[in-house]
Amino acid sequence: MVAIKIENLTKRYRDTLAVDCLSLDIAEGELFSLLGVNGAGKTTTIKMLSCLTQPTSGDAFLLGKSVVKEPAEVKKVIAVSPQESAIAAGLTVQENLELICGVHEFPKEKRQEKIGELTAMLGLESVINKKAGKLSGGYKRRLSIAMALISEPKILFLDEPTLGLDVLARADLWDIIRALKGKVTVILTTHYMEEAEALSDRIGIMKDGKLLICDTAEEIKKAAGEDSFERAFINIVRGDAR
Amino acid sequence: MKILTFASRNTKEILRDPINLFFGLGFPLVLILLLSAIQANIPVELFEIAHLTPGVTVFGLSFMTLFSAVIISKDRSSSFLERLYTTPLTPLDFILGYTLPIIPIAVAQSIICYIAGVILGLPITVNILYAVLAIVPVSVLFIGLGLLFGSILSDKQVGGICGALLTNLSAWLSGVWFDLDLVGGAFKKIAYALPFVHAVDMERALLSGDFGGIFPHLWWVLGYAAVVLTLAVLLFLRQMKKG
Repeated sequence: MVAIKIENLTKRYRDTLAVDCLSLDIAEGELFSLLGVNGAGKTTTIKMLSCLTQPTSGDAFLLGKSVVKEPAEVKKVIAVSPQESAIAAGLTVQENLELICGVHEFPKEKRQEKIGELTAMLGLESVINKKAGKLSGGYKRRLSIAMALISEPKILFLDEPTLGLDVLARADLWDIIRALKGKVTVILTTHYMEEAEALSDRIGIMKDGKLLICDTAEEIKKAAGEDSFERAFINIVRGDAR
Repeated sequence: MKILTFASRNTKEILRDPINLFFGLGFPLVLILLLSAIQANIPVELFEIAHLTPGVTVFGLSFMTLFSAVIISKDRSSSFLERLYTTPLTPLDFILGYTLPIIPIAVAQSIICYIAGVILGLPITVNILYAVLAIVPVSVLFIGLGLLFGSILSDKQVGGICGALLTNLSAWLSGVWFDLDLVGGAFKKIAYALPFVHAVDMERALLSGDFGGIFPHLWWVLGYAAVVLTLAVLLFLRQMKKG
């Protein structure tokens, strides 16, 4: 079943065409990565899909709900973990999670259950009473993802979730993201090629607001005539693909 | 309940910052004590406790502008607001969630100032209660300014504009630290075209029991509060729409 149906989605900022007639289907439970160099249109696409910015034209349907006509309905089924960790620095880990439960109006019993479940899943038990602003980069990212997952989203947007993390913290986060596969539809943007290749069911490569290719990592390598995914990405973006 | 959850978070963020506590609650107290000590040695009518306390109470509200502006601009720059925009929180939830928690802090600040005033010789009358209640519309004006600046400025700019410029502006143009008649002319006219001196005059009138004297100052305060809050809401919604 299709979780996200994007139809001619376009965003124009004055003279800049940030996203140009993007059309794409993403299946339920799929982990889909959006790749591209800076200014390719990845973040603008995510912002339109998560109702943070209105498309100039076109539409996208998330579980059948239009981002243009039914943003309030769309917001009920999505969650976003932005590029910056986006946490309340002065609150503890527990309080941050309670805040998100509160804005989603979860009953008290469900809050405790979800907080217990998410802290165990993301390994946050040892820092549960620590102020979020005092956490290490890796723990901040985990908390950010926990805050996104606690609302039980059907569709999760992860914007560069491992940016700036060390190797171990990144590996831990990869395991967490892998565990979501099949349960939640995940849209991931990243600059790390190996991350996209290791985690994604399919990958879309964007340049100048256009989707250049959309397929599995293996098929993209074949299409570019390269063994390395990074080389394939460079060839496609440069327009050198054979 | 959504609003309460969000408002409670904002209260915690503000009150857990020791610098906020010092400037918001402690600094006006220090000013009252210091100026009263000066008054004890060199008597100046302006610094008599019944004159000084209402003025410092209003001046202290400029820190409420700083609180609201800082929290909003930080939430914007850290993408925390971006995260919350994808939740069921509505624009009204955001506006009220940022505004309401600061009103009790403002009231608490004014109560502390009046308690200090009483300790220093201010007679205990029911007028103190009226003066504290009248702080609510004044605080809405100052919080609205914070909402406005927080919606358009970065957290660094907010420090300069609200922390330095606004506090100085509200100090010079409020008649708290010197009598505006001493300067007179255009300076006085500008001061009376702005709301700060009207807020101080209103507080002083209430405290002295001159209830008729609160007019037209109350209208100036309410008018400015309505305009500033409307502008702040529009600017907040604009940046919310921009994403």
